[in-house]
Amino acid sequence: MKTLKIEELSKNFGSTEVLRKINLEIDEGNFLVLLGPSGCGKSTLLNIIAGLETINEGNVHIDDYNVSKVEPKDRNIAMVFQSYALYPSMNVRENMIFGLKQAKVSKEKIEEQLEKVSKFLQVDALLERKPSQLSGGQRQRVAIGRALVREPRIFLFDEPLSNLDAKLRVEMRREIKKLHQQLKTTVVYVTHDQTEAMSLGTNIAIMNHGVIQQNDTPENIYNKPSNTFVADFIGSPSMNLIKGNLKESSNKVSFVTHGSNIEIPINGYDFKKKSNLDNKEVFFGIRPEHIFFKKSNEEDFEINLRADLSEYIGHEQIMTFNFENQEVLAKFPSTVKIDLSKNTKLFFDLTQISLFDAKTEERI
Amino acid sequence: MQDKTYSSYKQLEQKSKYTNMFLRWFLYFVLVIFALYFIFPLYVMVVTSLKTMEEIRQGTLLTWPSGLNFDSWLVAWGGRGYGAGDTFLKPYFWNSIKMVVPAVFFSTFIGAMAGYVLTKWRFKGDKWVFLFLLFGCFIPYQAILLPMARTLGVLGISNSVIGLVLVHTVYGIPFTTLFFRNFYVSIPSELVKAARIDGAGFFKIFFKILLPVSTPIIVVTIIWQFTQIWNDFLFGSTFSFGEAAPIQVALNNMVLSSTSVKEYNVDMASAIIAGIPTLIVYVLAGKYFIRGLTSGAVKG
Repeated sequence: MKTLKIEELSKNFGSTEVLRKINLEIDEGNFLVLLGPSGCGKSTLLNIIAGLETINEGNVHIDDYNVSKVEPKDRNIAMVFQSYALYPSMNVRENMIFGLKQAKVSKEKIEEQLEKVSKFLQVDALLERKPSQLSGGQRQRVAIGRALVREPRIFLFDEPLSNLDAKLRVEMRREIKKLHQQLKTTVVYVTHDQTEAMSLGTNIAIMNHGVIQQNDTPENIYNKPSNTFVADFIGSPSMNLIKGNLKESSNKVSFVTHGSNIEIPINGYDFKKKSNLDNKEVFFGIRPEHIFFKKSNEEDFEINLRADLSEYIGHEQIMTFNFENQEVLAKFPSTVKIDLSKNTKLFFDLTQISLFDAKTEERI
Repeated sequence: MQDKTYSSYKQLEQKSKYTNMFLRWFLYFVLVIFALYFIFPLYVMVVTSLKTMEEIRQGTLLTWPSGLNFDSWLVAWGGRGYGAGDTFLKPYFWNSIKMVVPAVFFSTFIGAMAGYVLTKWRFKGDKWVFLFLLFGCFIPYQAILLPMARTLGVLGISNSVIGLVLVHTVYGIPFTTLFFRNFYVSIPSELVKAARIDGAGFFKIFFKILLPVSTPIIVVTIIWQFTQIWNDFLFGSTFSFGEAAPIQVALNNMVLSSTSVKEYNVDMASAIIAGIPTLIVYVLAGKYFIRGLTSGAVKG
């Protein structure tokens, strides 16, 4: 039984297609993050799960029950919004129990739940305050509390941290993580922040233009991006994508850029399909953090590149190198001294590379 | 070198001080002139209403009255006590109250509902509905007189306070809807979404969530509608006469139908009485005219 299952879901607003044939499944207790740039349809998808938006095609199942036409209140979900959406005229107590009162839960049960949750979230001292008298972090906690008291099957979070300042965001992120560890409720979480997605999710679904690009564990998303969009979206700075061709001779594959005689051997690469590789136009993807100044393991490929630009950011520095007129970024500890405009010996960790078909932009 | 710069700064400082002082005094001067200009008619009205006819004939407009003489106010409000031809404001004042209270209430309430639907329960063609409602704001009063008279006739409520309530409610809805729509647009729809997940329905969301934060716009709407309806003369004089007339119509009749001498003191007193309720509404409601009741509650 899947806690949440979405089948062939499509949605359009007028002639604009927002979601296209979405398929998603979440197991009990998992934390799924919907990640993507603004306008990719992730919030719409969340609203559809909540029942706040209608569906054009496809179905949403919660616990194997088709809820596509079920009212939001009957779906056994709770949602936390970006703007908190606390009812301004009610105090914290009324805000938190509003849903239970609507559901005609008994007074004793309401009091019990309220006490449990407000203690748990440390808002029990704030119960008589109005939302306008709370700080950003407190409001966020109350909003989460309002969701918690209902004991839902699925928690929906719609960019809950983007209204907080940087420091508070990191704190609240940890609190949400702890919360999930303790309660083990299923969560669907929408964000455009990759750090949030990586640190919170047990699964990440990366979306773009209404299509799920990759739905996988954070490790796989980072190490084995399924296309150039994912490769480019995750990581900061993002993955270097060097254009070039593959060369296959006597069962050995290597990568060559245009107008260069440097051949990078890629024998250890785990190809999806090892055929028709010769002369294939590809992107050679390597993350800045996988380019080293010192040899890290035996397989490392040694290369001499000219350093063009240095960006110092405290604990590390980002260097831009010239690789046959293509920019290659690398990340080093800031203790390393590199001279600009000079050739520098670098090491590519070939166990960490990704290759993409230049035409389809898919991983090969 | 150092000293020279210092002294020139001193000079500039002095200069800007004088300029600012001059501008400030000029500003006060202009404000006082305007204030006098606006207060003058009121002064004349109040002073005249407190004079006897004798004093009015002998003095000028600006002469101070000999004493606090409220006789003309009593006459304006309650009449002279003899039968035919004696028009006074009391019954018409109550007519107006009976008209203005329900009309303001219904038009405000319906406007709030319409604004709520147009912003939080969007439907196909809602933009057109709003556009047509907006048309209502631009249709001149005179254009609807005949159709409205016919409608009131068919409904059997012409020449009645109820008829006037209907006219003012209908004519007020475009304005009140516009006010509430523009206010509710600024309230995040996430509030409505949260309430829907919490299980609140259409009316519960309106009464429990939106209406409690609507105080500023309710006050604005009440002030607007009250002033419009209380001060209306055209609808009142067209759709009612005699007993059912509102105060503005009665005021007109009173001032124009004096048979013998023009009693300026009574006329002035009547005009002030007719204007007092709107003043009261401004003074009372103005206190609640606090903006940003929702600020902070919704956005950080």
